[in-house]
Order: sequence, then structure tokens, then C-alpha cells
Amino acid sequence: MTAPAMAPPRLEVSRRKSARMPGFDVVTLFLVFLVLPLALYVTIVVWPMIQAVWYSFTDWGGFSPTSNVVGLRNYVQILTDPLFMQAMRNNIWLAIWLPITIIVLALALATLVTVGGSSHGQTKGLKGAGFYRVISFFPYTIPAVAAGLMFTLAMDPNSGILNGVLTKLGFSSFKAFPWLGNATTAMPTMMFVVVWSLVGFYMVLFIAAIKGIPSEIFEAARIDGAGRLRTAVSITLPLVRENVQTAYIYLGIMAIDMYVYAQMLFPFGGPENTTLVMSQQLLATAFTKGQFGMACAMGVIMGLLTAAFAAVVFLVN
Amino acid sequence: MSTSTDTLRTSRRTQLSSGDRTVTITAHAVLVVWAILVIFPLLWTLMTSFKTNSEIFSSPFSLPSTPALENYVYAWNEAGIGMFFFNTVIVVGFALFFVMLLGAMCAYVLARFDMPDSRVGHAVMRGIYYLMLGGLMIPVFLAIVPLFKQLQIMGILNTLFGLTITYIGFALPFTVFFLYAFFRALPDEIGEAAQIDGANAWVTFFRIYLPMAKPGLATVAIMNFLGLWNQFLLPVALNTNRDNYVLSQGLAAFTVSAGYDVNFGAQFAAFVITVFPVLIVYVIFQRQLQGSVSAGTLK
Repeated sequence: MTAPAMAPPRLEVSRRKSARMPGFDVVTLFLVFLVLPLALYVTIVVWPMIQAVWYSFTDWGGFSPTSNVVGLRNYVQILTDPLFMQAMRNNIWLAIWLPITIIVLALALATLVTVGGSSHGQTKGLKGAGFYRVISFFPYTIPAVAAGLMFTLAMDPNSGILNGVLTKLGFSSFKAFPWLGNATTAMPTMMFVVVWSLVGFYMVLFIAAIKGIPSEIFEAARIDGAGRLRTAVSITLPLVRENVQTAYIYLGIMAIDMYVYAQMLFPFGGPENTTLVMSQQLLATAFTKGQFGMACAMGVIMGLLTAAFAAVVFLVN
Repeated sequence: MSTSTDTLRTSRRTQLSSGDRTVTITAHAVLVVWAILVIFPLLWTLMTSFKTNSEIFSSPFSLPSTPALENYVYAWNEAGIGMFFFNTVIVVGFALFFVMLLGAMCAYVLARFDMPDSRVGHAVMRGIYYLMLGGLMIPVFLAIVPLFKQLQIMGILNTLFGLTITYIGFALPFTVFFLYAFFRALPDEIGEAAQIDGANAWVTFFRIYLPMAKPGLATVAIMNFLGLWNQFLLPVALNTNRDNYVLSQGLAAFTVSAGYDVNFGAQFAAFVITVFPVLIVYVIFQRQLQGSVSAGTLK
């Protein structure tokens, strides 16, 4: 849920050799340290997930104690529901475009910061790199709800700063342009807010990865006559590949979720449902309509889509 | 922005070739545009939060005539942001403490007692580790509806306690996953020395290994803090009693419920109240945080 895109350090350590009989203290420690967290985790996370799969095959209404197994009826109903399919198409669109946009931008900014300096002597970053890095991370510390609110206010047709600036710059056609109320601009606007919020985090992540590359490699490439662009494409990119993959998967999971941003900017699905996402449908089905079984089936579909997305990323890489 | 123009000037040294200079200037230009894109909306929101409603409607550029604090008063009291703020502090505070404790305990046992000599034992330990890992990949949405019922059965639905427990559960996989690597990297010899000196397993953990993992604990704690402070979906589904709202939830409800009786100024103020504490914490701890992100890229 914190979903930061990072792999933990994988450090091999020699296995413990001793095979003495464990003492009383070791046994109690083992029990307490393992059983307590695991019990909580299974109760709160694992068991509900397993239940969700089971309930997805029932007509459970949430408040009645009984429910009947209805087989695949929920799934058939969901997949023939034009509104849900519209939401699914929106999510798939987001899952295709959001990760690539964020990663390309983050990599470009990270490259500028790390190797934008002099091409003589050691590979240098830009002066003031620290400043850019700190600023770039700002949006990540802002709750998505708050970012959504800020942009709703900033893009207000009449009192928002965006139209104010555009009008000042001479684009008078934007005087009262409803960025969030127009079917053509709604989705790109939402994507902009997400990109704004997340690029900085991935930029900082990639900066760290690029700094981890031994500088000899850059120097060798430079001596061989590689230019900046060539170095970025042929040296940097392959060497941060694993980080890019992790980032891709986390962003994919996020794009298939999207609840916060969609709900904050477009609580009712946006103009002509152009920004409606599956998670909004799921919560409405469960807590407004009270169709818990149906909502669980939606959750399973979202889980499968996430798995499919991860599989595609692994296959392509 | 003065810092960046200063650095621009000083970086133009004689040894730079003209091509280099072009690249450097372009890089700065792009980054300055990006920095403005980040900072400008924040500053505008901060400024507008001091304007009255009529000032807000008259022009997005105008400065507040007198820095009005009534927006803050309204947001804090009338809109309940103050109450939501305290709820959030309580829930996030307890959840953070316990997820760090339980996560460190679990990660420690998984990393340092993985029973390499017993096939069954080893398989069980790996199994638990992968069970934790799985929780990182599966969307929360899959669990949300049955979890609602689970908490209802346990009698803690719509309570701050229930929300805290849920936060701990969902933050646990990330915590364990990350700390596992830290505990695995610590040397065995120190623990062995402590045992020879008569320390039992509990003392070894709390007095030796836990303090040694401090850098790891700090970074994971910061990431968890951001994640939990910003959490929205779990409280929206599981914490629907208005008195128990957390900040993100209250902010959303306030914005939606404002409806026709729009108090724009208070929305700006609510934004500032929500965002700036975290932003200040970030600026103070940013070195640590940058370190944590880099730690994640060690191969």
C-alpha cells in the first residue's frame, strides 16, 4: 500500500552454522515474533482476499446472513455491463500510458541531473542537483487527495490560476475553459495530476540507480567516443533496467487502481464517463448498492488484470 | 529560483566547451521549468488560502488585501479539519509504531532463523516470506469487501482501533520485505558474541540487532509514514463515522459536501493544513529519505 518502487538490497550472508538445540528463550522468541505479526496479517489481509474469491461466485448482499452460489453469473453480468467495460477500458488506457509517461519523464530528468554537467574529466552532475532533487520530491509527500483538490481549484474555469495564466499569455479562448468538464480534456487532465504527483519519486529513485553505476563505465564509453544521447540510451538505460521494471509494475498496479485521483477529481465518473475507473464502480456496487458478491467479482477481475500486467512486463523484459 | 540562476552563472567556467555549455544550459532550463511547475501551484494555493471568497472570485492573481485567517478558522473548526487532524495523528502514530515493531520482529526471525538445516522448517520459513511478498502485489481492492465484514464481526468497524489494525496489516508486507534485507546483511558474529556473554535471544534482538538496524528502520518508517498519512481507500470503506474521519477522508468529504454553499477559501486553507506539516517533515528529513530511496537500489 505504500507502494514505493524499490527492491530491497539483496545481500547474501553466510548461513548460520550452529545446529544446537534451541533454548527456551529462542522458542518463545520464535513463537511471539512470528505468530503475532502473522496472525494479524492473515486476519486482515490474506483471509479477506481468499474470501473475496469465494464470495465472487455468490449473490451475497452483505447484510443478509445467507447467500447462494451463483457460479459465474456475477462475472457474466459484469463483463456485459457497458458501464463497467467503459471503466475497464479507461483503466487499461491508463495502464498503457501512465507508466511509460512517468518513467520516460523521470528517466529524462534523472539523466539531466546526474550527467548534465561537464563532459571533461569525471562524469559530473549539474550544479544545484540537490535543489532540483528536493523540489522534485515535494509532490510525492502531498496526499493524492490534496493534490486532486489543489488542481481542482487551480483548474477552476473562472477563478483558477491555469486559465488566468493562459488568458494573460493571450490564449483568450481558455478564458472559462472547463478542463475537468470537457470529455476531451478530462482524461489527460487526470493523467497530468498523476504524473505531477509521482514523477519526482521515480526521478529520485532513478538518480540513485544511475549514481550506483560505476563511473568507469561512463568514462570508458566517453573515451570510445559515445555522445551524451548514446551514453544515455546504450549505457544508462540497460544498467537501470531492473529499477525500470520495478517502477513499471508499481505504476501498473496504481493505474489499475486509480481510486483516489478519479474519486477526487471526478466523483461521478467525469464527463461522459471518460474518467470512470473500475475501483469507483467496485465501491459503489458494494457500499451504495449493497451487492457484495458482485463487488468481490470486480475485485477478482482487477486482481487478474494486475497479474496480467505484471506478466506482460516480465515477458517483455 | 534565485539559487538555480546563481548556479547557472557559476557553472560557466572556461574549461567548458561550447557544446557542454549548450547542454548544461538546456538541462538547467528544463529542470527550472519542472521546478516551477512543482512550486508554482503550491505557492498559489498558499497565497489564495489567505484571500476572502470575493477576492478569490475577482482575480486568481491578486494578493490578499489583508492576510485573512478566517479561512483557517473555518476549515479547522467548522469543517472539522482539526478533529480529523488529531484522528490521523493517533491512527498513524499507533499504526506506525506497531507496524515497525511487528515488522522488525517478523523480518528478524525470517532473516536470521531460516532453519537451513531442516528442510521442512526452511520451506515453512520461505513460505511465510513469500506470503508476505504476495501482499505487496495484490491490490487492496480484492480484500476490501470481505474485510468490511471481517471488521464488523470483530466489532471494530468504524472505529479508530479497527482502522489502526487495518493500517498495520496492510503496511506489514512492505515493512517485512524491506527490513528482511537489513537484518540479513547484519553479521552473525555480534549476536554470537552476545550469546557467549550470556544474553538470551530476546536481549540479543532488542539490545543488539534492533539498534543495529536503525538506518533501515528509519527509512522504512518514513516511507510508511507517508503511505499511511496519505491513505484514502481504507478509511473511505472502513471508517465511515464522520467523527472518526482521517485527514484525507475529511478533506475529500469537505470538498464534495461544499456543493452549492462553496467556501472556496476554506478549501484552500484545508489543503494547506493537510499538506504543510508533511512537507515540513520532509524538508527536515529529506537527507534521510533520499538515502532510503538509494538504499532501495543496491544490487
